[in-house]
Amino acid sequence: MNVNILAFGITKEILGSRSLNLDLPLDNGATVEDLREYLFEKYPELKKLNSLGIAQGTVYAQDDDRLNPAEEIALIPPVSGG
Amino acid sequence: MEIDIIISDQPLDVQSCLNKVADNAAGGIDIFVGTVREWTRGRKVVRLEFEAYEKMAVQEMRKIAEKAVDEYELCKMAIYHRVGRLDIGEIPVIIAASAPHRGAAFEACRYAIDTLKETVPIWKKEIFSDGEVWVSATP
Repeated sequence: MNVNILAFGITKEILGSRSLNLDLPLDNGATVEDLREYLFEKYPELKKLNSLGIAQGTVYAQDDDRLNPAEEIALIPPVSGG
Repeated sequence: MEIDIIISDQPLDVQSCLNKVADNAAGGIDIFVGTVREWTRGRKVVRLEFEAYEKMAVQEMRKIAEKAVDEYELCKMAIYHRVGRLDIGEIPVIIAASAPHRGAAFEACRYAIDTLKETVPIWKKEIFSDGEVWVSATP
């Protein structure tokens, strides 16, 4: 599965880029949690974060949501606005 | 319009935020202004840098304002957030709420800033003279 991923804040620094195209060794039933596990393996620094949310189509995704490569997928490290 | 949401890389203006929520049905306007603090956890801050996932942040800010208007029966609410480099004393965030009675306006502002800090995809990096850190990112 081929996905485009946006990275913000500290995840942008860990991935080394604000946007990334990844060829995932995942099939079409893959979930958001599968993507997170893949990213943890590829970028172990991500595991040190307090949390790593994932947004799909600019909405917070649940772990068991199916990945949809047609949507915009974004990494959401702990937010700290205000 | 009863809700106004802005993310900007330009300085935020308190008066224009206030004007935006003015309403003939309001008995009061409450306004929260966040400012960049010089000292944090004993370290001297040089500046802050804010980054937003803008498209989503605007949506999440709008959700907060819609819920606040609904729950606290506000006349209007405005939420402004700055991005980019901010120096000490500058304003990263302004929240304004107008309501028929003051209690609702106070409570709505607190709800909005507390929720913004939890849900809106905006990130703050503290720059110190001897290093930098993404706030809340790691233990």
